[in-house]
Amino acid sequence: MTAMTAPMGKFGQSVKRVEDSRLITGNGRYVDDLVLPGQTYASFVRSAYAHARIGAIDVSAAEAMPGVVKILTGQDLVEGGLFTLPSGWNLTSIDGTPARVGVHHALAVDTVRFVGEPVALVIAETRGQARDAADSVFVEYEELPTVVDMAAALGPDAPRLHADIPSNRAFTWDIGNAAEADAAFARATRRVSLELRNNRLVPNAMEPRAINAEWRSFDSSMTIHLTHQNPIGMRVLFMMLLGLESENHLRVVSPDVGGGFGSKAAAYAEELVVAFAARAVGRPVKWTAERTESFLTDAHGRDHVTKAELAMDDHGRFLGLKVHTLANLGGYISTSNALVVSYMYATMLCGQYAIPAVHAVVEGVYTNTCPVDAYRGAGRPEAAYVIERLAHLAAREIGVDQAEIRRRNFVKTFPHQTPLVYCYDSGDYEGCLDEALRLADYAGFEQRRTEARARGKLRGIGLSAYVEACGIGPSKLLASLGGGGGMWESCEIRVQPAGSVEVLTGAHNHGQGHQTVYAQIISERFGIPMDRITVVQGDTDRIQAGTGTYGSRASVGLSAAVRSCDKIIDKGRHIVGYMLGIDPGEVDFADGIYTSAATNQTVAFTEMVHAAHAATQFPTDQLEPGLVATSFFDPPNFTYPAGVHVCEVEIDPETGVTEVVAFNAADDFGNVANPMIVEGQVHGGLTQGIAQALWENAVYDPDTAQLMTASYMDYGMPRADSLPEFGLAFWPSPTPVNPLGMKGCGEAGAIGSPPAVINAVCDALGIAHVDMPASPEKIWRLCQERQEVA
Amino acid sequence: MTDITLTVNGRDHVVETEDRTLLVHLLRDELRLTGAHVGCDTSQCGACTVHVDGKAVKSCTMLAVQADGADILTIEGLANGRELHPMQAAFHEHHGLQCGFCTPGMIMMAIDIARRHPQPDAATVRAELEGNLCRCTGYHNIVKAVVAGAQRMGEPA
Amino acid sequence: MYELAYSRPQSLADALAMLAEDEGAQAISGGQTLMPVLRARLAMPTRLVDLQRLPELAGIRSVEGGIEIGAATTHAEVATSAEVRAVVPALADLAGGIGDPAIRHRGTIGGSIANNDPAACYPSAVLALGASVTTSRRMLAAEDFFTGMFSTALEPGEIVTAVRFPACSRAAYIKFRNPASRFALVGVFAAQLPSGYRIAITGGGHGVFRWHEAEQHLDGGGAIVGITEDRLDPGHFTGDLHGSAQYRRHVAAVIVRRTLSAMT
Repeated sequence: MTAMTAPMGKFGQSVKRVEDSRLITGNGRYVDDLVLPGQTYASFVRSAYAHARIGAIDVSAAEAMPGVVKILTGQDLVEGGLFTLPSGWNLTSIDGTPARVGVHHALAVDTVRFVGEPVALVIAETRGQARDAADSVFVEYEELPTVVDMAAALGPDAPRLHADIPSNRAFTWDIGNAAEADAAFARATRRVSLELRNNRLVPNAMEPRAINAEWRSFDSSMTIHLTHQNPIGMRVLFMMLLGLESENHLRVVSPDVGGGFGSKAAAYAEELVVAFAARAVGRPVKWTAERTESFLTDAHGRDHVTKAELAMDDHGRFLGLKVHTLANLGGYISTSNALVVSYMYATMLCGQYAIPAVHAVVEGVYTNTCPVDAYRGAGRPEAAYVIERLAHLAAREIGVDQAEIRRRNFVKTFPHQTPLVYCYDSGDYEGCLDEALRLADYAGFEQRRTEARARGKLRGIGLSAYVEACGIGPSKLLASLGGGGGMWESCEIRVQPAGSVEVLTGAHNHGQGHQTVYAQIISERFGIPMDRITVVQGDTDRIQAGTGTYGSRASVGLSAAVRSCDKIIDKGRHIVGYMLGIDPGEVDFADGIYTSAATNQTVAFTEMVHAAHAATQFPTDQLEPGLVATSFFDPPNFTYPAGVHVCEVEIDPETGVTEVVAFNAADDFGNVANPMIVEGQVHGGLTQGIAQALWENAVYDPDTAQLMTASYMDYGMPRADSLPEFGLAFWPSPTPVNPLGMKGCGEAGAIGSPPAVINAVCDALGIAHVDMPASPEKIWRLCQERQEVA
Repeated sequence: MTDITLTVNGRDHVVETEDRTLLVHLLRDELRLTGAHVGCDTSQCGACTVHVDGKAVKSCTMLAVQADGADILTIEGLANGRELHPMQAAFHEHHGLQCGFCTPGMIMMAIDIARRHPQPDAATVRAELEGNLCRCTGYHNIVKAVVAGAQRMGEPA
Repeated sequence: MYELAYSRPQSLADALAMLAEDEGAQAISGGQTLMPVLRARLAMPTRLVDLQRLPELAGIRSVEGGIEIGAATTHAEVATSAEVRAVVPALADLAGGIGDPAIRHRGTIGGSIANNDPAACYPSAVLALGASVTTSRRMLAAEDFFTGMFSTALEPGEIVTAVRFPACSRAAYIKFRNPASRFALVGVFAAQLPSGYRIAITGGGHGVFRWHEAEQHLDGGGAIVGITEDRLDPGHFTGDLHGSAQYRRHVAAVIVRRTLSAMT
């Protein structure tokens, strides 16, 4: 039997997590746990068709059922003045026209465009009654032809999803320089090309989406409990869409959130409808997605079809890169997706390599599928997959080792301006590669391959050298690319009279361990125990400003925290200066103690805190009492974490089953605040990436556009027994762009691992390419072909 | 509606429930024990795992009325005040959780594994966790936690 | 799930009466298959009649030449039963691999075979071992019990009470898992009985079946390597997202060879 104790924090130490105590005892508080006085429950009526015109909606039978409070349809929302869902990013096509955004009603009006799209909402006294009544709402549908395949959707005979958008094309966007790329290809003596599909994924946070919305008519205000990565952002958006008077009329609380992975950063139709409904019925309304609803409507990830070509000289030096990608948007453009498929994706296509000439085109295509948006990595895994598959092919083409082709092309000096907007901050790509090869015993691989062959297994090894962009900012750059700006993070530190510290941040923890890392860093700065520090997140009544957590941006929020710490410490210097009668410039601070070298006197941090609040030892007309500091950190650049992943697989040629037998990763996350937490982030990311490569796949029926993989019976989730133990190492090149030198680590695992796995599979089979997921049947067929050739 | 009697975490309850109510909903909505979570509709994720008469079961795959007369242990009943159960302590010690949503089910299953396999190795733990999904940890540290927790459960207190 | 009523009869006779009384009533045992079906609103029974605690359906007993397992015996009980392990060790192995530990604590042999899911494990053992199924009305040979996908010889109101297996020390079961559901994409139970080899395959798509050609090959002294898929009727297989009919047939032959090799 063990009780937990709070240690002193120290940057770089694996401090155990503060948030665990409630989560391991069943005391976590997730949205569905909350029951409010007068609670009602909501259930959606969803379209069983992927594309249909909506006729009459008959709610009379449902309205008469026990417990039914209210039923809403799309028409009710339009009449009630609810705004439609926006695309959060302004993308401009090559021809200068803005992206064509299909109108997205929160409840479908006239037309449904994907299976599961909500058509009506039933509110009832109990969960069961709501569901019973939802089953009794009768909707007339006139079926329309559907389209799932992007190439088909762009074709002349394709059914059109949005009447005003020809060819189902939202935009044709490009980046880089087409003429320079063409010139590089003309000059090149060797080239490799590839056509690939980046498979569609379902995020599958274990906590399904949930909302509990409550309207207070006496002051026309609303409180929403919402499982979300960005409650403050949602406050602004929902305020506008619902037509509330001001931010002060909406409180958004995101308590414990059971995983996000990007899928809880979007603004969803269902949540907006429930908020609208709470105002309409004047009682709290709760909706929690069933898993099937999550599969059908949580914004999916990836889904690209890409043609890519790499130009080289005879030594395998990369000269130019051309990429053309069709990005599946689904039926509508989800909140961040226009950003994800453009600046989060194509900007990263050079990978770790110095490629002088690049041109990439992305076409956004509407299809009768669930909208796509950010999912762990959000664009960067898609880019890493393209360039790392090409690098693998380049090694084959030139006839050199997988590691050697990369070495020849690595960016070697930093900062490095790529031809694709971004400027890499720092790195040691070759050192990191060597570390990964050492960790993986790369030199001993051929022996392991031979040994496996004796057991009838085909063993392969694959490398992936990824780089990604984290800690999104600066605001001005983002605004110039089509965003709304405002990509800073804030942190307020309040030091209480008795010495405890409250930290308020707009970042949001949903598994990342913020409460620990913030406390750890602040504990070290102030020299006080971690248990004196409370981190407050996720409640807009308490946090004034912030932008949430996505894109591995903890470093941005922590940088704001460090600045606030510095402000507190600095104010302390002034207070101590008055206390000791010396110049504040002569006061030093370390390990929780202010010292004066001149007078040999000391004042503990806690004594300074008392003095700040007592306000008796300094002139309050010159120095304000109290000890609160707020900082906003707008990063001067992105950070660019990078790393090398090495995957080893064994394939059973008789069944086509691929087993990942070893996976090693050396990563540069800059300085690492808490290695235990960072390793945990990597483990999770690697697992999602390995699963994408081998098992996960969202499949729509090509004829009916029904989602064939709408439950865990058909969607291949990674499980404990399908994974190896991971080998990890850090190879830090601290970033100069923030005061902590941290780069971010949340998504890296999911970015680097898919190409490592597929490269290993291709190595085992001696083939050029296989699309993800490398399912047993697909691999078995390739083994058959291989046998026939042999 | 049916009256049922059950013992939950050592306390006796008489509850009136709809016959169609799942055990997990009774625990969460009626008894307000919200540690067991609902993560799927197909009995695959294991977030709802509790012990019924000493055995780990999925409380979303059982009607509350089927538990009439049963002795139920949930995640809330494991710790003795601030004293953690060794398996809870092991999850903390080995960073076996991130978002925490699957964790109550994981811990309840882990204790069940440890009872059936004293001193399990990592491969056994991985196989035995087949019915518990986690999306955050990649299972790496969960496996370490279960191995360590089982070890500690086997040691004299 | 839809509204329904629940009854827990105290005796087999009461259970049968309840099922006879109400056409919409449905027997439930461990419920590990039925509950997800009900949650998905794919079935609408008026009443569930719980069989799990009926004394007549409980227990594992030795019988002449084998072992009898009460229908309400859970997979976990079969997997850990010393009697089962002594008499038919492969059956204990199979039971220990069904679903996951939590499912094994509730799911029962009677429920599994009465449901006869085409991807379930148990039917292959029942068929390969030539077990007999005792119902509330009669005793049926395995061959006569399973009549196709999700279909058995059970009549309305008739329930399985026990399954009787012959002793068999030379047998094995291998499950080739569907990577998503973890049900059998293909499962093979092979046994060598005094009457000869018996090989049952589950997961093909139409329900469990025996591979007579392979059995005859072995009975005639043929080697395991001679068991090839071209002798396996393609009509037994259907395809889905996780494997085409052709792939399933191929894998079935592979797993049959591996199962035979694994037999001790």
